Amino acid sequence: MIISVASGKGGTGKTLVATSLALSLKDNHDVQLLDCDVEEPNDHIFLKPDITRSQAVGIPVPQVDKEKCTNCGKCAEVCAYNAIAVVKEYVLTFPELCHGCGACSYLCPEKAITEVPHDIGVVETGRAGGIAFGQGRLAIGQAMAPPVIRRVKALTDPDKLVIIDASPGTSCPVVEAVKDSDYCLLVTEPTPFGLNDLTLAVEMVRKLGIPCGVVLNRAGVGDGGTEAYCRKEGIPIHMTIPLDTGIARLYSRGVTLAEGMPEYQKDFSELYRKIEEAVRA
Amino acid sequence: MREIVVLSGKGGTGKTSIVASLAAIAQNKVLADCDVDAADLHLLLNPTVREENDFRSGQVAVIDPEVCTQCGLCQELCRFDAIHDYKVDPIACEGCGFCAQVCPVEAITMRECLAGRWFISDTKYGPLVNARLGIAEENSGKLVALVRRQAREIAERNGCDYVISDGPPGIGCPVISSLSGASLALLVTEPTLSGIHDLERVMGVCQHFGVKAVVCINKYDINETNTAAIKDYCRKNKVEVAAMIPFDNIVTEALVAGRSVVEYSDGAVSREIKRLWDKITGVVAG
Repeated sequence: MIISVASGKGGTGKTLVATSLALSLKDNHDVQLLDCDVEEPNDHIFLKPDITRSQAVGIPVPQVDKEKCTNCGKCAEVCAYNAIAVVKEYVLTFPELCHGCGACSYLCPEKAITEVPHDIGVVETGRAGGIAFGQGRLAIGQAMAPPVIRRVKALTDPDKLVIIDASPGTSCPVVEAVKDSDYCLLVTEPTPFGLNDLTLAVEMVRKLGIPCGVVLNRAGVGDGGTEAYCRKEGIPIHMTIPLDTGIARLYSRGVTLAEGMPEYQKDFSELYRKIEEAVRA
Repeated sequence: MREIVVLSGKGGTGKTSIVASLAAIAQNKVLADCDVDAADLHLLLNPTVREENDFRSGQVAVIDPEVCTQCGLCQELCRFDAIHDYKVDPIACEGCGFCAQVCPVEAITMRECLAGRWFISDTKYGPLVNARLGIAEENSGKLVALVRRQAREIAERNGCDYVISDGPPGIGCPVISSLSGASLALLVTEPTLSGIHDLERVMGVCQHFGVKAVVCINKYDINETNTAAIKDYCRKNKVEVAAMIPFDNIVTEALVAGRSVVEYSDGAVSREIKRLWDKITGVVAG
C-alpha cells in the first residue's frame, strides 16, 4: 500500500502527519517513508535517520563533439526547451534548461552528440528506528525537481507500507510524488487559504484518479468553511488535530507529535485503519 | 522601479499575509502573485478582474490511431514513460517532441496546451497580476515569468515605484523564475528547525542568483532559542534581519475576516510590519 501526503497550501502539517503516521505504525507494519519534497525535505529533521547511502541524481545532457559537428542546427531545431543554440561556428548547451529527453543526440545526423550526466541533486537512503527511510535533495540553483522525485520513488518497496511526503502546490512536482499511490491524505487547516488550496489539491487527486481523505490540522482557528466543503464534496475528514501551542512548540524543536505526545499514536493508527477501509471499499 | 519578491523556502510561514499587509501600507506599487499553483493573495485583496488571458505553453504529443502502425519506436525512446499501448499519457508527457520527430509514419503531432490563465485586476491597493496554472500542469516557471513581466510593464507605464511579488514555497523552477533579476528578496521564516533548514536553502538560491536578501522572522516568540539561531546564522551570512513579528492569533482572525492584518488591528504585529516596510524601502533605495 502506498499512501501519499499532500496539501496544496504549505505549512499545514504534511511533515507532521507523515512522520507521526510512520512512527505510529512501525511496530505493527514494515514501514517505508519517502520524503519527496526534494526542494525542502524536512522529515529527516524529525526522524534523524542514519543515512547509509547517497547517490547523485543526474540527467543526461548533450555534449557536442566539435570535430564531428557540422553546425547543421538540427539539435537546436528539435530541442523543445531551448537548451541548445547554434551560433555561427559554435553549439551552446544550457544544461539547466535540458530535460534529458535525448532527442538531440538521437537525431544528430553526424552522431556528434553524446550524453553526459548533469548532477541536479542526491537521493539518500537509510534507516530511522524501525523505518526504512529515503529522501531526495534538489541541489541549490537547480530548477527541475521531478527527476529527483522519480529517483526517490524508484526506492518504493512494494512489500512495505509506503508513506510519501509530497511538496506543497498542485503542479508537476506534486503530481510526480502523488501519482501511483493508493490513497492521498490531504492535510489542511480551516482558514480561507487552507480551503482554497485544498480545493485545488482535490481537483489534482481527482484528475489522477486517486481516492483522498482529509486531515484537519489546527482545528479551532478559522471558520467552518473547510468542513462544509468536505461534506458537500463527500470527502471524509479522517482526523482532526487541534490548534495547540504545545504541538507547535514540539514541532519547532523537531520533535514528532507521535513521540512528544504519545497519546496521539492511537489516533494515527486509527487514521491508518480508516485509510485501509477506504482503499478496500 | 524596484521589485521585491517574498519567499520562504518552507510553506506556511506567512508570506501571503505579509504581502497583503505590505500592499495596504506601500504607496504607488503593482502587486504580483507568483505562487501560480496555489495562489491565495486574491483572497485578501478582493480584485475586480479587468483582463483575463489564456496561458498557452508547452506541448503534448497526440498519436493518431488511424495512422499509427504500432511499431513501438516512440514507446521505446520516450524517457518519461509517457507512452503505453500506443497512447500518450498527457500528465506524464513533458512535451519534448522526440516521439513526433522519430515516428516513421508521422502519426504523432504535438498540440499546444492551455496550461493556465492569467489576470490583471484592480484592487483598492492598486493593480494585481495573478494567474492560475491548470491543475497538474507544467511550465509554472514560464507562467511566473509572464506574471512578473506584466506586473513590471504596468509599473513602468504608470510610473510606479515598486512591484511587490508573493512568491511560491520551495527552491525549484517557479522560485528561480520569481527571483532572478529582482531588486530584493524578503525571506519570511519561522523559528522552527524546518523553517531554519528551508531558509538556509532559499538563501543559498538568492546567493546563487546574486539577489540581495533580508529576513523577517515571523512568530519569533514561539521558540526564542531558534530565533537566536536564525539571527546568528544571518549575522554570519551578512544578511539583515529586518523584522521580528510576534505570534498573535489576530493574523488568522484578519485572514478569516478577509482583510490584511494591518487594516484589521493596530497591535504589535501591525506595527512591526510597518517597520518592516520602512526597512525595505531603505534597503532598496540604498
